[in-house]
Amino acid sequence: MTRLLRLYPQLLRTGFAEAVAYRAEFLIWMFSTNMPLVMLAIWAAAARSGPVSGYSQEGFAAYYLATLLVRLMTGAWVVWEMTMEIRQGTLALRLLRPIHPLLQWSADNLAAIPMRGVVAIPVAAILLYVARSELSHDWFSWLLLFPALLGAWLLYFLVQAIIGTFALRFESAASLFDAWLGFSNILSGYLVPLDLFPRAVRSVAVVLPFRFQLSFPVELMLGRWSRGEALELLVAQWAYVLLFLGLARVAWRSGLRHYAAYGG
Amino acid sequence: MRALRVVRAQLRASIATALQYRFEFAVEGALALLWMGVTLVPLIVVFGTRESVAGWTFPEMLVVLGWFVALKGILEGTLSPSLLQVIEHVRKGTLDFVLLKPADAQLLVSLSKIEPWRMIDVAGAAIILVVAFQHIGHPPAFADLLLAALLLCSAVLVLYSIAILVVSIAFVAVRVDNLLYLFQSVFDVARWPSSVFRGALAIIFTFVLPLALMTTYPSLALLGKLNLRTAVAAVAGTLLFAAVARGIWIVSIRRYTSASS
Repeated sequence: MTRLLRLYPQLLRTGFAEAVAYRAEFLIWMFSTNMPLVMLAIWAAAARSGPVSGYSQEGFAAYYLATLLVRLMTGAWVVWEMTMEIRQGTLALRLLRPIHPLLQWSADNLAAIPMRGVVAIPVAAILLYVARSELSHDWFSWLLLFPALLGAWLLYFLVQAIIGTFALRFESAASLFDAWLGFSNILSGYLVPLDLFPRAVRSVAVVLPFRFQLSFPVELMLGRWSRGEALELLVAQWAYVLLFLGLARVAWRSGLRHYAAYGG
Repeated sequence: MRALRVVRAQLRASIATALQYRFEFAVEGALALLWMGVTLVPLIVVFGTRESVAGWTFPEMLVVLGWFVALKGILEGTLSPSLLQVIEHVRKGTLDFVLLKPADAQLLVSLSKIEPWRMIDVAGAAIILVVAFQHIGHPPAFADLLLAALLLCSAVLVLYSIAILVVSIAFVAVRVDNLLYLFQSVFDVARWPSSVFRGALAIIFTFVLPLALMTTYPSLALLGKLNLRTAVAAVAGTLLFAAVARGIWIVSIRRYTSASS
């Protein structure tokens, strides 16, 4: 444990240096996250003639800007890195290092967050300017936002890691993640706020893990929950985090037995 | 006609290559269907609350979305993979082998890699269009159909020209593969008719980045709402744009000095 505490900051530094080295590519990747704005366009047009089920134009602007912000801050790409390294055999090098590969990748992904901030801060500024009155007035939900964002990032990372371990056995792990993304886009509130869905869809979406990846932090920013409800949701989110952490460990260990180190 | 023969041979070779991977075909086909569903959901939810948005009714909006799905399939199934390969060629220096061949290099690279499962998108788009016109209650007039087909061709030509322009940048700045991804994600805007946007954005998406030309105009044509002058201007604009893209391609290929030398 103490060794890990010594090594992890170093891994973070290396990861940050890497993110800086590829800054142009990095920025272009971030700019291609524009789906919330595309969705904002249609809802803003729909709300021209008056609010849509409680959302005014500013309400939609607040929702989708917050969504964009959360998505920008909680990005991870470990599934693609895992599938590539497993296919090319470079995973063997990682296995030789004295730190669990998943921890190495998590450092890479976490270290990019300051770079993500460069794009996210202007978005946050626009959000404050355009839709200040729609944001939460309670300091408590802003306080909860930090563990909620960390939980959202962990969920996203761990799901990718679990699916990534399938690459140790099958070829199309990346396609599997693509399918997950398809469902997640709908059920996490990324494309449409969950409260605009019909009751049946919504009652399914609230129990699945997808919402904790995105719409929960967004709703905290918009002040949708009372303090008690917000705390309950945070506990539920972290319960999912622990569950996925366990799954990732099991999936990694059992997948590694199948790994035959191509080209290694 | 030699050019046509080259295109045909090129198409045959790339389809044969892609069909080797049958399992991938099934998986990617299923994914294409899933994502088509994901594209439809927001529209259905929006029109659960409103009769019309920005002057468009639900079936009319479906027509636009149908064109969008078809064009996205064409873009991501043929143009993007082929041109990503060119960028790879430039990076590795293997573009020399393409340039040595006794045919026009632009023709050779344009259809060099195809993902045939994206044709499922085009089939799905056809179904969306049929459903939309069932809602409207009458099929499009024959003349409108012709005009829409013409505008579809010019939409594909514009997409292709933008892709060629992006690749021309690859000769100068090598790492541009994600520039193509950026364009693909900007293209997502074309799923809505241009009247959804107001002010500066409306102008940008009509003239600077002609997304209106790609889905809104063909849809208006199909619905019999496009006046002929706009259509002629759109086609003329497209041809001009394609000519400029071709010119830039020729200039940049002349300046290309290969990676290996």
